[in-house]
Amino acid sequence: MIDVKNITKRYNGTVVVDGVSLSLPAGGVISLIGPNGAGKSTLLSIVSRLLPMTSGTVMVDGLDVTTTPGEVLARRLSILRQDNQIMSRLTVEDLVAFGRYPHSKGRLTEADRGHIAKALRYLDLEPLSGRFLDELSGGQRQRAFIAMVLCQDTEYILLDEPLNNLDVKHAVAMMKLFRRTADEFGKTIVLVLHDINFASCYSDRIVAMRDGRVVHQGPPEVIITPDVIRDVYGVEAQVMENAGQRIALYYQ
Amino acid sequence: MPADRRILSPMVVLGGLSALTLLSIALFMTLGARGKWDFILAFRGTKIAAMVLVGYAVAVSTVLFQTITNNRILTPSVMGFDYLYRLIQTVLVFQFGSGLVATLDPRLRFGVEVASMVVFSGLLYWWLFNGAGRGDNRRSLHLLLLVGIVFGVLFRSVTSFLQRIIDPNEFLTVQDRLFANFNRVDVALLTVSALVVLAVSLVGWRWRRTFDVLALGRDAAINLGVEHRRAVMAVLVMVSILVSVSTALVGPVTFFGLLVANLAYLVIRSHRHALILPAAVLIAVLTLVAGQLVLERVFGYNAALSIVIEFVGGLAFLFILVRGSAR
Repeated sequence: MIDVKNITKRYNGTVVVDGVSLSLPAGGVISLIGPNGAGKSTLLSIVSRLLPMTSGTVMVDGLDVTTTPGEVLARRLSILRQDNQIMSRLTVEDLVAFGRYPHSKGRLTEADRGHIAKALRYLDLEPLSGRFLDELSGGQRQRAFIAMVLCQDTEYILLDEPLNNLDVKHAVAMMKLFRRTADEFGKTIVLVLHDINFASCYSDRIVAMRDGRVVHQGPPEVIITPDVIRDVYGVEAQVMENAGQRIALYYQ
Repeated sequence: MPADRRILSPMVVLGGLSALTLLSIALFMTLGARGKWDFILAFRGTKIAAMVLVGYAVAVSTVLFQTITNNRILTPSVMGFDYLYRLIQTVLVFQFGSGLVATLDPRLRFGVEVASMVVFSGLLYWWLFNGAGRGDNRRSLHLLLLVGIVFGVLFRSVTSFLQRIIDPNEFLTVQDRLFANFNRVDVALLTVSALVVLAVSLVGWRWRRTFDVLALGRDAAINLGVEHRRAVMAVLVMVSILVSVSTALVGPVTFFGLLVANLAYLVIRSHRHALILPAAVLIAVLTLVAGQLVLERVFGYNAALSIVIEFVGGLAFLFILVRGSAR
């Protein structure tokens, strides 16, 4: 369980995250939605110890992220941010293999190789495994990074806009993969998403943020309503129900 | 497909480089030898030892620096190290006179220089991370580099100011030490430098896999459980010790590191420091020994190797910059 208490993040007087308290139970897919600048990515970075908070605490399964040794957390929680630039000359397989570093410190075992092969297969990367990262398209590279994070095989997987650069086919495949990872392996997946309909169709829980605060949270049927969408984004939306899933139409 | 992408496997490249390096060392030791062998071997052996040490220190320090800063253009000299070195030497002469500096135990002088450089980088780093760079550490590394450049200019200006008001005879003593020259190596420093480099290497080799992770960038390294701040600090200390060794032995060589590091990335085509570091070292030693050989045998000592290397290195720097911006 991820327990966020009273997190505030301030940059030179500008408050980006404003006293957020949030408790995310283990298991399932949780989506963070909200307009640009709502503080979603910052909150995710603080939870994953990439950014120090101005005040507040984050506990992951009872471990304080600011004091727990990095290698202990790395076996429990993984994070993928946006815009990953890498200087090294890496093949897709090399990159995915780095996901095993917290477990084997660079000396790959047979079990590690099994995890790598599985991650490559799940993300449809087998034909590309020998290619260098700078020879790939944005979407292929994004999949390679997600494969690395899945290969890390942690209880909690935090992803900042994982659907970036992905076409419709791969975006759907990615969301299905997250759903399956949560259902079959009992992982907790926390996503920052911009497409509220993906959030609606695949999440167990949606957390909506605005101006650095959590303004609504709950299952999709509670969040995906015209009132909540107006409150969070300031747009008028029509919500339709289709095969048990709620789809918001806000294109007019 | 992947097989023909890697034109030569890294092990083959390393083997070839080792063979070339050994060959050039053998040629350097034996070519055109007239007179007693024990004198020739000792005389040339000193030069070889200096070149190996300097090549090693420059190559390793540049690669590691580029690993922690995640770029392939900046080198430790950007941090202002070589200018600090010049400043320390100038201040020593200015303060105590060339007579005293000349009689000072070179090992003591070396110790003072290494300590100053480690303290300098340590202070700068902690100041930036605990003060100015609070929060987003990605920005603060760039800030660190910017501060390094400004410091470099500051040290250079203070140095040239001191040199202008210094006694002309003393100025000659300083100038004599500022340009890299393998024909005038401080023998007393060789042993102590070798020991220092060996110690740093032993620590570094145990960290080689951590270096691979650090090269992925701060966020990925933290995600994979590396204590990023501590690791970067440790690497900075290693880099400052190695830079001290090379500058103390032969003086500043600004673009040499850039040249050998980028050549190593080019021929190795792998992310592993266990392969990149040896390749960079071999390329550096090969360049120095073969360059010095050509200079002595073909041009008859009429040019300084450092000028040639800096010229080629400077061209490589421009090339990488232009290609980088075009991409």
